[in-house]
Amino acid sequence: MSDGYAVRAEGLQKRYGEKRALDGFDLAVREGTVHGLLGPNGAGKTTAVRILSTLVRLDGGQATVAGLDVARQSREVRARIGLTGQYAAVDEVLTGRQNLEMFGRLFHLGGKRAKLRAAELLAQFDLTDAADKGVGGYSGGMRRRLDLAASMILAPAVLFLDEPTTGLDPRSRGEVWESVRELVASGTTVLLTTQYLEEADKLASHITVIDQGRAIADDTPDGLKNRVGGDRIEVVVAERADIARAVKVVARVSDGEPETDESELRVHAAVADRVTALTDVARTLQDEGVRVEDIGLRRPSLDDVFLRLTGHRTETSQTKEAAA
Amino acid sequence: MSTLAPVARSRTYWLLADCWNIVRRGLTHYQRQPVNIAWQLGFPILSVLLYGYVFGSAMKVPGGGDYKDFLMPGMFVMTMAFGFINTATVVVYDSTKGVIDRFRSMPMASSAVVAGRGVTDLIVACAELGIMMLTALAMGWRPDGGWGFLAAFGLLLWLRFALIWIGVWLGLIVPNPEAAGGLFAVAFPLTMISSIFVAPQLMPDWLGWVAAWNPISSTAAATRELFGTPVGGSDSWVEQHALLMAGVWPVVLTVIFLPLAVRRFQRLSR
Repeated sequence: MSDGYAVRAEGLQKRYGEKRALDGFDLAVREGTVHGLLGPNGAGKTTAVRILSTLVRLDGGQATVAGLDVARQSREVRARIGLTGQYAAVDEVLTGRQNLEMFGRLFHLGGKRAKLRAAELLAQFDLTDAADKGVGGYSGGMRRRLDLAASMILAPAVLFLDEPTTGLDPRSRGEVWESVRELVASGTTVLLTTQYLEEADKLASHITVIDQGRAIADDTPDGLKNRVGGDRIEVVVAERADIARAVKVVARVSDGEPETDESELRVHAAVADRVTALTDVARTLQDEGVRVEDIGLRRPSLDDVFLRLTGHRTETSQTKEAAA
Repeated sequence: MSTLAPVARSRTYWLLADCWNIVRRGLTHYQRQPVNIAWQLGFPILSVLLYGYVFGSAMKVPGGGDYKDFLMPGMFVMTMAFGFINTATVVVYDSTKGVIDRFRSMPMASSAVVAGRGVTDLIVACAELGIMMLTALAMGWRPDGGWGFLAAFGLLLWLRFALIWIGVWLGLIVPNPEAAGGLFAVAFPLTMISSIFVAPQLMPDWLGWVAAWNPISSTAAATRELFGTPVGGSDSWVEQHALLMAGVWPVVLTVIFLPLAVRRFQRLSR
């Protein structure tokens, strides 16, 4: 780990029949950070995590985790990683405490220390009250926290979080985010895969965008947004007839041609000098007697970034529906 | 915070310890859901009552023995035979829910996942046989005791051991726990076409031949001999060598299905 990277992958290849799940995938995750791996369904996120966590053999390329080769030193890698999958991979029949004690013994802590560690983690993840209840009766958020706790038994150097909040309600999602932040504060490196742009934006200091098995962008969330262009000014007018006039006004301050969204009576354009542009446009519209519903500055979302980079939207809205 | 370094011991030590921890998990499941044993035994016990009391008087035993003495060893065999469904159900549940993946991402011996499952199932099989035999005794079944009885018990477990591998293999093939429930529909006719309920020589020739060569028939015939209630009058080779075949069939099944199960398990990392 001397080079400052907790995870390094170069040219990863993985094929399932005709389909190339990974096709020359590169990744570098700095120690002590949360690194987001962002991409639509089937982009190769889960395959990448399964290779890095030693669950799946790679067909080509090489990868190290905590400085160890995932193919040749898989057993050593396993002692230094935690994995929280898309499904809460805990035993639903056992109680929370029985789960953590079992995993502790299987991590070779020995019976006594496994018990102590379980009690510590139950307290840390706010599960002490439910510790002796069967996991089958836990809420989605509690289950995910237990899953996180199970991944943290050996205080791993690298934690893989594969879509940790898929299917959770907003409150549970917030709870999981809070836990992740605490883990990173204690020194764990996190590789987070997600379809939720908001999640990557909130948690990750660095993001790799993956599409069709390749990394197509690698930057900070802000850096990615800047690639799409800077801030945008956005005006929503009250009447359709005013759209043309609003376009003219916005065009005077914008860098390029303003874009319009007829159905929402919206006009927007990239601007360089944000505040001047905003006050200018607001004043001029008022002077010309255009009734404005809403006016403001908007940073591009990662959704915009995604659209720009891949030419297609993320499937966030779809999965949100599926989760509900 | 307690120290978090794993304890350093030999590989063999950890293989056994990991295996035992998986067994502990399996047994804790039964401790937390004891009703599961009742479900697993429900069908055999119901069958004992149905065939013993409802059909019993209409059932013939070649050589004129008591049908109850004929039926009970068959029921023990059926309990063992259906065991592969339990194995498959747990395995499919663990693999689809991601529990096996979690085990595989840990520094434990991954062979302990399968081995532990097998040992758990054998322990549970002992308990099931115990309950079934007590039920049979309560209904008036009176076997010979001694070494023959122990040998019969051993042969029943030997059959169950072989079926573990079929269970693991199927558990890794079927796509979801619901599908594992459907295995019963396959298992039921397979146990009917055997010597469990009816002696093969009372069936049409071709069916009798199939039933006699059914691996579980050999265990049934062998245990009937060992319990002191053999069925005479059969002229087929496989039935005359039931003791031998009750030992051989599980070897054949294990030789076929253990490698298949192991290969399937290794294919998880593809």
